[in-house]
Amino acid sequence: MKNHSASSKKIQKTSLIGKFRGNVKYQKYLFVYTCLLLPILFFLGIRILPTLFTFNVGFRDWNLLATGVKPFIGLENYKVLIQDKVFIKSALNTLIYIVLGVSGQLFFGIVVALLLHKINRFVGFFRVIYFIPYVTSIVAISWVFQWILMKNGIINDLLIKIGLSPQPFLNSPDQAIYIIIGAMIWQALGFQMVLFLAGLENIPKMLYEAAEIDGASPWQKFWHVTVPLLNPTIVFSAVIGSINFIQVSFTQVINMSSDGTGGPLNSTMTVVVYIYQLAFRKFDMGLASAATVMLFLFILALTLFQMKVLTKKFDY
Amino acid sequence: MLKKWWLGLVAFGLLSVLLVACSSDKESTDKVPTDDEKGSGEEIVLEYWQYAFDAKVKLMDELIEEFEANNPGIKVKQTNFPYDQYNEKVAAQVPAGKGPDVINLFYGWVPKYVDSGYLQPLPQDAFPHDEIESEFFPLVEATKLDGEYWTIPTAVRTLALFYNKDLFEEAGLDPDSPPKDWDELQEYAEKLTKADGKGRLEQSGMAWEPSQQGHQWLRDGLTRQAGGEVLSEDKKSVVWGDDSAGLEAFKYWLSFPTDLGTSEVGFYTDDVTAFLTEKAAMNVDGSFRIGTIKSDAPDLNYAVAPLPGNKKQSTNASFWTNGITAKVEGEKLDAATKFLKFLTSKEVMEKWIDATGELPAKEEVAMQDKYVNDEVYGAFINSLPFANAHFFVDETEERQLVIDAADKVLLQGMDVEEAYNELVEETKKLHENYWSNK
Repeated sequence: MKNHSASSKKIQKTSLIGKFRGNVKYQKYLFVYTCLLLPILFFLGIRILPTLFTFNVGFRDWNLLATGVKPFIGLENYKVLIQDKVFIKSALNTLIYIVLGVSGQLFFGIVVALLLHKINRFVGFFRVIYFIPYVTSIVAISWVFQWILMKNGIINDLLIKIGLSPQPFLNSPDQAIYIIIGAMIWQALGFQMVLFLAGLENIPKMLYEAAEIDGASPWQKFWHVTVPLLNPTIVFSAVIGSINFIQVSFTQVINMSSDGTGGPLNSTMTVVVYIYQLAFRKFDMGLASAATVMLFLFILALTLFQMKVLTKKFDY
Repeated sequence: MLKKWWLGLVAFGLLSVLLVACSSDKESTDKVPTDDEKGSGEEIVLEYWQYAFDAKVKLMDELIEEFEANNPGIKVKQTNFPYDQYNEKVAAQVPAGKGPDVINLFYGWVPKYVDSGYLQPLPQDAFPHDEIESEFFPLVEATKLDGEYWTIPTAVRTLALFYNKDLFEEAGLDPDSPPKDWDELQEYAEKLTKADGKGRLEQSGMAWEPSQQGHQWLRDGLTRQAGGEVLSEDKKSVVWGDDSAGLEAFKYWLSFPTDLGTSEVGFYTDDVTAFLTEKAAMNVDGSFRIGTIKSDAPDLNYAVAPLPGNKKQSTNASFWTNGITAKVEGEKLDAATKFLKFLTSKEVMEKWIDATGELPAKEEVAMQDKYVNDEVYGAFINSLPFANAHFFVDETEERQLVIDAADKVLLQGMDVEEAYNELVEETKKLHENYWSNK
């Protein structure tokens, strides 16, 4: 490439064509770039442009079924949303989902990975057991949870046997959200475990040996060797986990909430579920798009924040 | 040079993607008339959409065959979508300029479709208002908006009381004399309830689920039975809270899960499951459930009775109804009208009840002896003359309001009257909002 820019235009013309004809290397590049370009076009067409279009829709009074004009109404949709009690509730819930869900996932993911890292026997067996929930249908899992947690379910049978009173679980506005978060953590555990196992295996053994020679306790080794060197994995897990939690919270909420729409009393409603309801139950694409834009800005801010706070350089 | 050419190609590629994405609206509106022109020459193809319900889809295939044989030159193409995604699928086709010519909609959705300009009024020469009003049950007026009929149903459904005969006998009740009024219903429900003494129901006397048919039972059943109304006669204002009947109905409705302790929200996941698995002895449900019981619980020994009344009798009716979309015109409109005429004929209605269990929408067809005296359908048919279909301005939201009102009392211990007042206020707001945007 450097040669080209140096040479004059005339020479470039003949030489380039010549090179394309004769040179396998350039044909190879042409092929590679063409292959790379196609997914980009596809991505632009079905992801980027519609995303940008959402910003446009959010500023309009846009009924999904309307065939006529969709008037521009400025920030009206955003104003309505900010005053909407259900939207605010769903935003707060989403925050609870993320904070508890992601930290729970990270915590249990690290614990399981550390334990699995220590054992030598049945490693494959345990990994499979922990990974199975991740590849099981979310809908199926949600319904199994609903059945074991119902008033006449097996968990309440156990509670009564040990002398406690039966709990409403998913039918209670105070308990439901935590149960759904628990189910989501349990399901995502396998994925986090794999990430952390890979991270742990990348930590050189000699660092631990050096620490031992220096007389470090197991806790010190964990805190000063394992955690700093796992940092890239933790950042990755936290970012992916947050985004996942925002997206995936849809299926679980729809299938586990008592009325199938984020109940009881909107206590399990997330922003994504609410966006879906605004768009496809109430046909208000304008409001739904405005909510989507707000969610987008929120995820963007959260990701930037996580990258800033969690990413630290450690040199050993 | 060649590099530039290469860049140009890339730029062109990106630009064309952009253009396609941005100009889709224009293109599609251009395309639609050309489709129509094609049809006008030879054969007219009607697109008919309904939700995927096996019995209905199969029957419709047969009906289409019959219609095509009698009307050469018209072809009907049926497309189905699952109930849950129906509105999304319809909506997704609007910007693309495609979609049905004749569409089957739940009546509660019709106002939204009319408001968005998706439907056109039924042609008055083929469907004169006085004819509709004299032949059909008055409940079809639920889709009369702005002085026009926008849709017309083949069949309707009503709610009635399903009860388990075996559990009746077990509790020492006569399975041939179901409860007839409010007091009897409470009394029966209590007798049919079993609890384990530790705060858990083992058998529910009365299945109770606001999110299923419960909200309909409250509005069109109990409230009107107590002598009240949810809406004024012109459907334009909410009068639910104007007299004591509404509150009386709400209190009675809530007595099952509270004072009587015969019911529980989410008991064995939902009312239908609980009734099918014999965990609930009675349930308020629609004629559409008969097919489910036949296939999922063929051995269930049950019967159906009209809803127990109070000061008067009343029940909820609902229906799926057919409309013509706004863009259909010319010969295609004639064909669509013919198809609707066919779908609302006596013959089709009779086939419809046999195949799907939905009741004929025309009085003359429904009130024939063979249906009125039918063991299963009798209760539903006999309920038709006093059935009411609530005019929903927003079905999802109004249902949610009732669910929330019940939850506030049951889960948060809110005072019944306060929860009722909030329910009425919120419902009022919805309706006022709807009419003020008119």
